[in-house]
Amino acid sequence: MAERPTLRDDQQLLDLEPLSPSDNSVTDDASSIPSNLGRVSRRTFLSGLGATGLMVSAGTFALAEEESGTPPAQENPSISRSTTINGKSYDLTGLDPRVTLLDLLRERIYFTGTKKGCDHGQCGACTVHVNGRRVNSCLTLAIMTAGKEVTTIEGLGQPGNLHPMQAAFVEHDGYQCGYCTSGQIMSAVALLKEPIGTTDEDIKQAMAGNICRCGAYPNILAAVKQVRGNASA
Amino acid sequence: MNQFNYLHPASTDQAVSSASSDGSKFIAGGTTLVDLMKLYVENPSTLVDVNDLPLAQVESLPNGGLRVGAMVRNSDLAFHPTVKEKYAVLSEALLSGASPQLRNMATTGGNLLQRTRCPYFRDVTAGPCNKRNPGTGCSAIDGFNRTMAILGTSDHCIATHPSDMDVAMTALEALIFIEGPKGKRSVPINDFYKLPGDTPHIENVLEPGELITHVEIPPAISTKQHYLKLRDRASYEFALASAAVVARVEGGHIHSVRIAMGGVGTRPWRAHEAEAVLTGKPATPAHFQAAAEAALRGAKPHTENAFKVELAKRCVIRALKVATA
Repeated sequence: MAERPTLRDDQQLLDLEPLSPSDNSVTDDASSIPSNLGRVSRRTFLSGLGATGLMVSAGTFALAEEESGTPPAQENPSISRSTTINGKSYDLTGLDPRVTLLDLLRERIYFTGTKKGCDHGQCGACTVHVNGRRVNSCLTLAIMTAGKEVTTIEGLGQPGNLHPMQAAFVEHDGYQCGYCTSGQIMSAVALLKEPIGTTDEDIKQAMAGNICRCGAYPNILAAVKQVRGNASA
Repeated sequence: MNQFNYLHPASTDQAVSSASSDGSKFIAGGTTLVDLMKLYVENPSTLVDVNDLPLAQVESLPNGGLRVGAMVRNSDLAFHPTVKEKYAVLSEALLSGASPQLRNMATTGGNLLQRTRCPYFRDVTAGPCNKRNPGTGCSAIDGFNRTMAILGTSDHCIATHPSDMDVAMTALEALIFIEGPKGKRSVPINDFYKLPGDTPHIENVLEPGELITHVEIPPAISTKQHYLKLRDRASYEFALASAAVVARVEGGHIHSVRIAMGGVGTRPWRAHEAEAVLTGKPATPAHFQAAAEAALRGAKPHTENAFKVELAKRCVIRALKVATA
């Protein structure tokens, strides 16, 4: 049998309704919390409440499939139905195939470090690594990461044990509001392994898939240059 | 997005038979398809995932050409040593498109089927669109058309083909290999795309269930190549005009040349007229100018995009200058 999704100590697994066909707008944190919980923020909610009175489900991913009434998919039995996220395996059996990797991360297993910006592959806020390569998680169907390894900002480093790129962003103040930052850092870490040139222009082009509305670009560039310099030294 | 059935076949045969039903779509990188599904522009009843099919190889051919599997990612193709050495125009085109993240996802086969960025096509609330809903009309002709096509348009559609890769592939005269319910076939890229005419929803010659398996790029006529892309900002933006040039120069004269344009046509636009003007002529600015004039002779601008005529000419001229230098 499939393994349950693994949660951190401060996390609870919720049954979330699938998006209705008429709702394709970007949702903010508060609006995606079930309505009976009111307008508390998710983080307050997650850290402050226990499971009492909430529906905590083992078979969360199967919910949407049961409701959808779609016929069972023809399957290749050799193909894995689980994905590895930050080193832990998550069973995707029964997951509504419409769920993007971004929504799986944020709404189902609460790795909220990955941000939803445009939700259409135009801003880079949702950048994560799949098998070590950076991709837009908003345009990646979660089901298509079966058998693959996903790394999010949470898997890169932790407070007290930052990845050198995270530390460099802090040192160079590579952000203002911070919303694009996790995507910027995931891109910056990925480009360390990409065959790009050494000039500032090369780095700017390699970071072009991550938009920063606050305009922290010079500081982001400085952070990337520092880590690249150290890596090649 | 609407509900769909998800299939994950293990072989190309299985994939083709799975996708022959109405409403089925192949999904590769998903960068266009998932985007358009979220917008309710694409509403497939079944998605056939082709990501695990054995179509991700780049192989040199005995004739000196290159065979590129449909599942080869844009970034892998752009950085492939043979592509950088022999098909620089293709590498440049790929690297000018989208973002590094999207290029890690987008595939060779998928990019050949990239859909237009026409805002009326992409927005189901924005009014009629013959490409999205055949027979309803074209909102762009009298609407926002600054980014629209000036070549190959019809009274039914003026949507621009958005790809960079396909423009380079057109200049390189790639051959597209297809597998479908009725067997295998290959189509030269210049015969692959259809003009909109009065059926703009039919964009290419693929029949239902047919899957692009790979592309063969013949040996290039020269390594003097260049892709120039002009756009509203320096990165992460679609072309207003682009040009792919492959030129063989002998003794200061153009022996032969291939020119294709992007950002201005309803399909990747091969500029045969410009090539004819240049062949046998000295590689000089005056002849480049004459070639550019020929390339744009048939241009039909609309209310907001007349600037593209001049922009495209200058794009061709500069690409020729760089390629032949």
